[in-house]
Amino acid sequence: MSAIELRGLTKVYPGGVRALDALDLVIPDGEFFALLGPSGCGKTTLLRTIAGLETATSGSVVLGERDVTNIQPGARDLAMVFQDYALFPHMDVTDNIAYPLRIKKVAKAARGDKAREVGERLGLAQLMDRRPGQLSGGQQQRVALARVMATQARAFLFDEPLSNLDARLRLEARTFLKRLQRELGVTTVFVTHDQAEALAMADRMAVMEAGHIRQVGTPAEVFQRPINTFVASFIGSTPMNLLDAVVRGDSLEVSGCKVAVPESAAGLLTDGEKIVYGVRPEYMSYSAGPAEGALGGKVSIVENLGASHLVTLEVGTASVQAVVPEGREPVPGDDGYALPRADRALAYRDGDLVAAGRGGTEAGA
Amino acid sequence: MSPRRVLGRIGFYTLIAVVLAFFSVPLLWLATAPFTSDPTYEVSLPDFTLANFRAILEHPYALGSLYNSLILAVGTALLVVLFAALAAYALSRVRIPGRDGLLYALLLLSSIITGTAAMVPIYQLAVELNLIDTHLGVILILTGGLLPAAIFMLKDFMDTTPKSYEESARVFGASPLQIVRHVVVPLVRPGLATIAVWAIANVWGNFLMPYLLFSSDPENQPAAVIIYTLYTEGGQANLQLLSTFGLLYSVPVVLMYLFVSKKYGFRFHGGIKR
Repeated sequence: MSAIELRGLTKVYPGGVRALDALDLVIPDGEFFALLGPSGCGKTTLLRTIAGLETATSGSVVLGERDVTNIQPGARDLAMVFQDYALFPHMDVTDNIAYPLRIKKVAKAARGDKAREVGERLGLAQLMDRRPGQLSGGQQQRVALARVMATQARAFLFDEPLSNLDARLRLEARTFLKRLQRELGVTTVFVTHDQAEALAMADRMAVMEAGHIRQVGTPAEVFQRPINTFVASFIGSTPMNLLDAVVRGDSLEVSGCKVAVPESAAGLLTDGEKIVYGVRPEYMSYSAGPAEGALGGKVSIVENLGASHLVTLEVGTASVQAVVPEGREPVPGDDGYALPRADRALAYRDGDLVAAGRGGTEAGA
Repeated sequence: MSPRRVLGRIGFYTLIAVVLAFFSVPLLWLATAPFTSDPTYEVSLPDFTLANFRAILEHPYALGSLYNSLILAVGTALLVVLFAALAAYALSRVRIPGRDGLLYALLLLSSIITGTAAMVPIYQLAVELNLIDTHLGVILILTGGLLPAAIFMLKDFMDTTPKSYEESARVFGASPLQIVRHVVVPLVRPGLATIAVWAIANVWGNFLMPYLLFSSDPENQPAAVIIYTLYTEGGQANLQLLSTFGLLYSVPVVLMYLFVSKKYGFRFHGGIKR
């Protein structure tokens, strides 16, 4: 078990595409770490570079005390679960789990015992003689996990671990993975394009865009204080409201409404300045009557989210969304007022967060 | 059904029956003639004699030639499968400029330059290398002739196996040769079987190369060449021996097809994509 450290890691593909651009990142020992970003942002390239399946153009990958940048993947003491699990179709579950031990020349009997022990722990005892083709998606995933557990690797790498499962199973597997990682205590890095997955599972996460790490932090930090408008719009199951605003003295003018300056930006804005005002729909309190500092407009859309509703208000030329608890939802055409929580609202200048002590760590330039 | 369609149907099936008869008569002849004491070119009810088989057993080269065919066929198939598998794997996984061009050029050249055109240089080469009158020489030359097509077909198989299997094995520390043995070969086994069967069938029926390179010694000649020598003293085709030997010659290939097709269940039309 060991920490993973990236120093100025750069990957340029032949043809000049910079998939990774001078990344610096430290993942402490035992952490469950998520690499999150839209497709094509370089997160999978980063994982594959850590694994050694891609060679870094410059910079280094350090595992514990050891610089592994130029070491073959097999000699890095890492184990990886692939997106399609990559279980060998011609081997049964036992042989699949025991395969890493076979490479390490462990005797047949000993590796069979180890495979059964790990398999039993993951509830595969009844399936040890089956072929991967005879297993469900969830079972295949557990075989893939058992196989990396059998390796005694210093760190685990998971590529989109949940994307091959159907929606219901995915939630179950999410809880299962988080519990397993906690029990094993092995440094684990996983890649996902699903922000809900990253928020739910990770101890800390990095949000990536176009080969850069935009923000590193705990899920709470990244959710509450996105460092720029890209992260703000990418994180959260309902996108953050990002509204053009003008500073007017000690308040802001947003689409003709007067709202309070976000607490985090207090004293940092100059009068008359144009900024972007950000507030999550979850951090708005909705009322049917006018309120001081609220955004008022006509309700255009009401979306049912189950225990709550997502209400879209037309405020001047802008659309503002607010989450409203069940039983209090308006109907389209009503007048509505959404009051942002000043301690959760944010101000962005040129796309970057305006705040004194900024949440999380800023990374990249 | 309108009368017109009924007539059409009848016409269609009559045509099929005629085509079928056309192809089945030679096969029927091959099945009955060896058991007939004095076979002609007609298909007739045999009198179930085994005298022809006795005669073939007494022929000095007949059984030996089947053994020679077996050695050539199996030897060539082994070499073709081994070399084609390694080459196809490398060509499928390594990106080199002009890779597809190379493959097509190999394929094209190997089909343009047939045995007849290359006969003289091949003979010269074999003499220079002391490979004349040896099984090894014939095996090597036949292997060379079959490899381009075999590589081409196998590369297609290799291309369809996901890379993640190999990458997974690689992260666990497997060496390239271990990856080929543990992962790639088992995955493309139907492809390897196709190539092996195809190579054996090719060599089994090849006349020119062994005829050319075993010029002096009938001891070494395979069945395809020996069958050509089965004449009576009068210079007429010896139908007793020809039919009997023909039957013995074709049975192994038919058995092999049945066995492999049962084991791997692959279809034989083109046989590339499953």
